[in-house]
Amino acid sequence: MSALPIIIVASLFLSALLSVLVGIWQRTLAYIIALAGVGISLGAAAVGLFRVLDNGNLHHYLGGWLPPLGIEYVLDPISAFMTLIITTVALVLMIYPPEVGLSQAPRKGIPLYGLVLLLLTGLAGVVVTGDLFNLYVFLEIYALASYTLITLRGGPAYLASFRYLILGTIGGSFYLLGVGFIYFSTGSLNMADVARLLPSLYDAPAVTAALALIVLGLGIKMALFPLHVWLPDAHTEAPPIMAALLASIQIEVAAYALIRILLTIFQPQYLSGWLPVTSIIGWFAAAGIIISSIMAIAQKDFKRMLAYSTVGQVAYIGLGISLANPLGLIGALLHILNHAFMKSCLFLVAGGIRQQTGFTDVSRFAGLGRRMPLTMAAFTVAALAMIGIPPTAGFFSKWYLALGSIDAGNWAFVAVILVSSLLNAVYFFRIIEKVWTTPPKSEPSVELAKEPVKRITAPVTILAVGVLVLGLINAVIVTEILRPAVTQLIAG
Amino acid sequence: METYTSAMPLIAVLVSLVAAILIVLSRRRPNVREMWTVMAALAKFAITLAMLPSVLTGRYPEITLFTISPGISLALRVDSAGLIFALLASALWIFTSFYSIGYVRSLSEHKQTRYFASFAVCLSATIGIAFSANLLTFFIFYEILTIATYPLVIHKETPAAISAGRKYLAYLLTGGAALLLAVVITHWIDNSLAFTPGGFLSVGVGEGKLLLLFVLFLIGFGAKSAVMPLHSWLPTAMAAPTPVSALLHAVAVVKAGVFGFIRVSGFVFGPQLLQDIGASALTAVLAGATILFASLIALRQDNLKRRLAYSTIGHLSYIVLGVVLLSPGAFEGGLLHVVTHGVMKITLFFCAGAIYVKTHCENVSQLNGIGRQMPVTMAAFAVASMGLAGIPPLSGFISKWYLAQGTLAAGYPVLLALLLLSGLLNAGYLFPIVSRAFFNRSVSFTKFNEAPLFLIVPLVFTAALSVFLGVMPDGIFHFYQLAADVTVRVLNGGGG
Repeated sequence: MSALPIIIVASLFLSALLSVLVGIWQRTLAYIIALAGVGISLGAAAVGLFRVLDNGNLHHYLGGWLPPLGIEYVLDPISAFMTLIITTVALVLMIYPPEVGLSQAPRKGIPLYGLVLLLLTGLAGVVVTGDLFNLYVFLEIYALASYTLITLRGGPAYLASFRYLILGTIGGSFYLLGVGFIYFSTGSLNMADVARLLPSLYDAPAVTAALALIVLGLGIKMALFPLHVWLPDAHTEAPPIMAALLASIQIEVAAYALIRILLTIFQPQYLSGWLPVTSIIGWFAAAGIIISSIMAIAQKDFKRMLAYSTVGQVAYIGLGISLANPLGLIGALLHILNHAFMKSCLFLVAGGIRQQTGFTDVSRFAGLGRRMPLTMAAFTVAALAMIGIPPTAGFFSKWYLALGSIDAGNWAFVAVILVSSLLNAVYFFRIIEKVWTTPPKSEPSVELAKEPVKRITAPVTILAVGVLVLGLINAVIVTEILRPAVTQLIAG
Repeated sequence: METYTSAMPLIAVLVSLVAAILIVLSRRRPNVREMWTVMAALAKFAITLAMLPSVLTGRYPEITLFTISPGISLALRVDSAGLIFALLASALWIFTSFYSIGYVRSLSEHKQTRYFASFAVCLSATIGIAFSANLLTFFIFYEILTIATYPLVIHKETPAAISAGRKYLAYLLTGGAALLLAVVITHWIDNSLAFTPGGFLSVGVGEGKLLLLFVLFLIGFGAKSAVMPLHSWLPTAMAAPTPVSALLHAVAVVKAGVFGFIRVSGFVFGPQLLQDIGASALTAVLAGATILFASLIALRQDNLKRRLAYSTIGHLSYIVLGVVLLSPGAFEGGLLHVVTHGVMKITLFFCAGAIYVKTHCENVSQLNGIGRQMPVTMAAFAVASMGLAGIPPLSGFISKWYLAQGTLAAGYPVLLALLLLSGLLNAGYLFPIVSRAFFNRSVSFTKFNEAPLFLIVPLVFTAALSVFLGVMPDGIFHFYQLAADVTVRVLNGGGG
């Protein structure tokens, strides 16, 4: 038994409560508490990752109750990897001024940091919990926090958030229903325990129904095409920093939950059996990659374009999951990491542009490269990574996904990955070209535009440099973390 | 094959990348900025040349940096083939650097910092391509080169330049995607991806699949080396400033595609396999058609740079042809033509740029009597034209001689006829320019009024170099010995 798994979640949760209380009195103090909470969690995740890789999984039994009765928190290579991504990205994003993109600074009554920390608590909880029902609780915790955070901009954001709330709740309910089926089939909610009990029950219709419901529910949560309809609005209307959080780590956590449940609880042969879940996910993902890229090309609004791109990138992850072979899963997990850096960088750039010029429309970005060179250079790096130009990080996740597809003998997926790179090139180079070559329009908002404040450029630069560094060191991540993680996952 | 670990290849790649950073940092002081370009060019050439003696004795410097994908390292190795390309590119970069300084300053070009920085990054990528020890490293540098050239293609930022940029990306990124697919499949067949003289693939997976794989490589490299029907970005990309056309669109970028053919046919597939699966014949047909049609189209171009671009398309296919025929003479001739065509074509582009700077004439029809005003430039143009047409003792003759021998050795006399015909067509589209310049009269060009020395000196040097390499093919750079060495290794190499 180790305290590390619970420290990761608890430090976020406690600082969430504390920052709300303190925030009423002093906003700055709430910020410091939030930083401290995320920092401690990050430290615990990092230490946890090293320990897990050296000495095997860490378990924590909540309240000392042993599983299968009690709730178990597990840190294994994948969950440690995921918590490290969540906390790192969160810490970088916290440098960014939260009021960017809001029409006014958040009023005192809105416990901004509290909500963000609650969101992170939910995300970290989903990742470390070893209990199916507990996972649902955390799923709803982060979802509720997300609904609120999206509404911060007011106006159309209310509607977007409401839509997300309806669909998100449906997704959560499907998941809960599925877990219910599993519970009355096996009598257990502990993942390891359920995994042990299920194989003898594979013939039961309830288990098949549970599988279908869980995949459907998590599919909605991770916006897997065609269950993505809530995402473009929600991510467009959310303030940039919230959109960055949601796109880069929130929906990926749902993807993680899907990996966990499909591969830990069920066995590969069952997934390709009577209800071929993996190939269904794979083909929908493949269609989603292409269609959402085309939709992204059709968008005028920068953030909406990014949102459609997110749908496509999540579908990459879905594609990797559906391959269910080591290389495909490595690709999916690496893409979770890479996408977290690339997409949050892009959303922060969107916020910077909006703050400086008020522009959201891609067609008005002409000549911004001259006005804000650093921000736009970071944008260019992240965009090249999204296209998948080596040696940026984005290339390597596609590389492993392509290798995985070939390993699975699925040439169509290889083609989809390559074609989508080209489609990405279309919508990103359109902006790169406009930003750097077209002379700025002579309107006051452009002429006065300059590099945003350091609190905006700093995280943007860190993330862009991160995209390059992650690309160069990807082999270390793959061999040291992902390979053992995936081996353990597939072995069960 | 004997190798030893050395940081030299890495330094050769990085020196211009560091220079690119310094160039950006000293953007407010043009003279300091240009000093970095020149110093990097000289340093790069010196480092590359310093590796020549050991490579000639068969000892290859190599460096393995770190693992980039499990089982594959980012690794550089300087073998004879890579050294030919690297020596050529780094030597010509020196001339281009001086020329660029003269060119952009004479025309007061905008965004000079971006121009010089992108140029430096392109050279890093080019040397990286030359020294890559495996296919994945090669691909990484190959894509970097594609992206780094883009700012140079759109440099003028006119609507024509921007649409040229789009076309460039559309062709080259699509080619890159095909190439990536080819690399992924090769990796799936054989885990190592390391270039091996004589090839590492074996017929095991089936001839049809291997042919399909080769076609993917053909699309990937064919796009960059402008093999028809993937050529049309190159004439359009002439919207770029002339030094860019000179070094990148006659030497670095397009030759990177050709060099890809050299690597794939000699070091991935190997001669035997390439013949067996019928890839040689397929590529030879495409390359042959390209040679013929490009030369014919070049005849009809009035814009001087476009005419040169079509000439480049034709000559690139000479090399592709030589490389895939894989008879001793053809392979050697192809390698030599990489060098000789590079030196001669850069001279022609330098001349076109000098004419543009001085007179703003872009069309052949405007050049009546220009020999009177710019005799040095036009003399250099004449020398390079004769070289391209293959007239001895210029260097173009040497490479064509070997190519011609190679076509016979490979048993394709038709291709010999094609080469000879294309030599005539070369003369047909280049000599009229020379004769117009010297033997026609015009009122606009009456007095001696040459381009600035920054432009003239480089083009005189490259013209002289093309004569020198014709008289002494093995002088200084030992291109001949290197080419012979590669050919022997590839044709006698193991074969996986």
